Amino acid sequence: MSATNETVQDHGQHHHKDLAHHFDTLEQQHDANTLGMWAFLLTEVLFFGGLFAAYTIYRYKYSAMFEEASNHLDITLGATNTVILILSSLTMALAVRCSQTGNSLWTGRWLLITIAFGLMFLGVKYVEWKHDYHIHLMPGKDWSGKDYWHWQYAKKAKEMETEAHKKGSAEHSLPNRNDVLADNDPSLGVRGIQESQQARLFFLLYFCMTSLHALHMLVGFVLIGIIAYFAYQGAYSPEYYSPVENIGLYWHFVDIVWIFLFPLLYLLGAHMGH
Amino acid sequence: MATVSLESKTFEKFPDVVGRHDDANYLNHDHSIASWLFTLDHKRIGLLYLVTITLMFLLGGALAGAIRLELLTPKGDFLTADTYNKAFTAHGIIMLFFFLIPSIPAVLGNFLVPLMIGAKDVAFPRLNLLSYYLYFAGSVIALTALLLGGVDTGWTFYTPFSSTYSNSYVIVMAVGLFVVGFSSILTGLNFIITVHRMRCPGLTWFRLPLFIWSIYATSVVQLLGTPVIAVTLGLLGVERTLGVGIFDPRLGGDPILFQHLFWFYSHPAVYIMILPSLGVTSEVIATFSRKNVFGYHIIAFSSIAIAVFGFIVWAHHMFTTGISPYAAMVFSLLTFSVAIPSGIKVFSWLATMYGGSISFDTPMIYAFGFLGLFTIGGLTGLFLSTLGTDIHLHDTYFIVAHFHYIMVGGAIMGYMAGIHYWWPKMTGRMYSEFWGKLSAGITFIGFNFTFFPQFILGYLGMPRRYYEYPDEFQVLNVFSTAGASILAIGYSMPLFYMTYSFFFGEKANSNPYGGSTLDWTNTTSPPSPHNFEQTPVVTEEPYHYHGKEAAVVSH
Repeated sequence: MSATNETVQDHGQHHHKDLAHHFDTLEQQHDANTLGMWAFLLTEVLFFGGLFAAYTIYRYKYSAMFEEASNHLDITLGATNTVILILSSLTMALAVRCSQTGNSLWTGRWLLITIAFGLMFLGVKYVEWKHDYHIHLMPGKDWSGKDYWHWQYAKKAKEMETEAHKKGSAEHSLPNRNDVLADNDPSLGVRGIQESQQARLFFLLYFCMTSLHALHMLVGFVLIGIIAYFAYQGAYSPEYYSPVENIGLYWHFVDIVWIFLFPLLYLLGAHMGH
Repeated sequence: MATVSLESKTFEKFPDVVGRHDDANYLNHDHSIASWLFTLDHKRIGLLYLVTITLMFLLGGALAGAIRLELLTPKGDFLTADTYNKAFTAHGIIMLFFFLIPSIPAVLGNFLVPLMIGAKDVAFPRLNLLSYYLYFAGSVIALTALLLGGVDTGWTFYTPFSSTYSNSYVIVMAVGLFVVGFSSILTGLNFIITVHRMRCPGLTWFRLPLFIWSIYATSVVQLLGTPVIAVTLGLLGVERTLGVGIFDPRLGGDPILFQHLFWFYSHPAVYIMILPSLGVTSEVIATFSRKNVFGYHIIAFSSIAIAVFGFIVWAHHMFTTGISPYAAMVFSLLTFSVAIPSGIKVFSWLATMYGGSISFDTPMIYAFGFLGLFTIGGLTGLFLSTLGTDIHLHDTYFIVAHFHYIMVGGAIMGYMAGIHYWWPKMTGRMYSEFWGKLSAGITFIGFNFTFFPQFILGYLGMPRRYYEYPDEFQVLNVFSTAGASILAIGYSMPLFYMTYSFFFGEKANSNPYGGSTLDWTNTTSPPSPHNFEQTPVVTEEPYHYHGKEAAVVSH
């Protein structure tokens, strides 16, 4: 500890410049900060937990429609985002490592790179949400179930195609869309309406969970930005780096949430094919 | 001190061990407004909470008065049906979220946790101030919802009424509760880390005062339960604004899911309210019996057990909703088992008092009141955890009486005991023992007068949440309303004699009641801004009364 890092307090005890007045040692302060972040993440687990509980219950009740609805999400975009987010976790881990070794410059750089990956993730997410909107996956007030009929049509078409292929018949024609619709006309079947609403629940949960996740990323950007600024100012040292470590814990948590969301939302019906 | 009045002789019995510093304490070292509003001192933040939650308590109490006035006569003549709905909703929300949940943890917890564990402050002082302002912001938003026209869903916000049909300000209120929920989470988080990382040398877990054990258990519940209600209210808001159907059966949703998520927090929330009172009672009974606490370890563990059981009994609020009978049986059994740790505590307190040298000061009178009311509230809970009787008693005044015995009779009596017990430490002044004992007695009588008739009303079948009732119920309702006026007097009295004491009360010495925990033995009254002159070192268990002098030494 260099002399500039010390100030002499009233009681004649030596205090490190980063040591808050109510702690006795840097180690105690570091332990308290880290434990505090873990406790906060525990709260976050329960916060997301309410949504995961709702998902689990409806997934169990309406498993067939959840799988079918899941097939309308873009696995490629989801997988790309998974990779981007895992890379951002790597850069975050490197930032924490650099702060522990006292490399302020690269601490700041890795933090900014982490933000860049995060922005890429949200960019992809924006493209995806826009696409979802265009193919009528929004579960809002104007959800009428018409998209559900559209899927039924597409599914039936695919089935006929496969059947024709099996028979070796080269020619097959798509069913008349009106025929499909007639089979599932809302006035004819309660079941059709129910299934449409079950698919709607899936998309509701999809949008709630991914938005809440995106919101956590936005909060993360602000916090990482502030800590990157302080890192460039040389605020962190091998003796005092808990802000960097804590933002790292937070960021890894946000990543892990996505690691759970990706299979639950995107891969749910993948075995059924598109 | 020459003035030895009849009613306040106790504190003369105990010598001043720390001495008094009239010139530098946390109250007077800086008088500016900013030094209060931006303070990071846990003691000042505790006082900020004390003032704010007292205002909320008065508002909630006024609403209770309006409800009782309406129920004085069988016909609806004082309030309209709609206003009545809004009044009991506002009463419930204010009393639960804005008074009871922050009461002991935010006021006494903030003040005492660092003092009792020999720390200079809580682990995160800035987060602590943020908690207070989140509480303040949440209160403002909730009051805005009330001023705009109120909410008529009941404090439980049951769907689909709250999500689809209610035309009141559900979303504004939900935002208020969401914000105040984060205040509660951050307070809990702060205390957990403080207890884990800030204890002074020698203060092992089994040397912690029992108040700390109960605050710790409470904090765990706050940390794990509150986020679930936050996300549930969020989903309710999404459903209400977007017209989607996560809880709406017409749209494929399940209203019972809302109830599960709601009670997953709101049942443990009952333990957020009662656990700290159990801790206060342990402290008060030990001090005023001059005796080691009987069964220290088992009381500590029973606090943890209550917190754990609290999380696995929520569906007992839903026995009549058609949940699986097998699930109901399990939840019934688990609910019964909550009685075990609660009973252990009550018997341990009785055993602590047995053979003790009991003095009947105001805090002890409140604690006696607590013991009686908590026991009645707890035992009537067993009627409700029994599946058969619950069908009969569900949604009647029996429930209303039961939870008021726990939350008002238990939690508020404990809170009052705590405020009176630590008042000399918080303000450095003694209050009038005469008025204190009188208010404790009036509160106890008024409380029983108000709520005991409601057990009978409920058993006879009077449903809750109605503003009219058949003529035959009037006598008991008049009893109840009359009792409520007595209760109001009992609760109002401390406002006057405590305020008087704050400015003009006799100066208190550092340990007027002969307490044995660090807050009494090692700090001045009121404490200095940094709490301890020197970091204390603890060498013994708390509550060492058997002829030993205070064994906590400074070094």
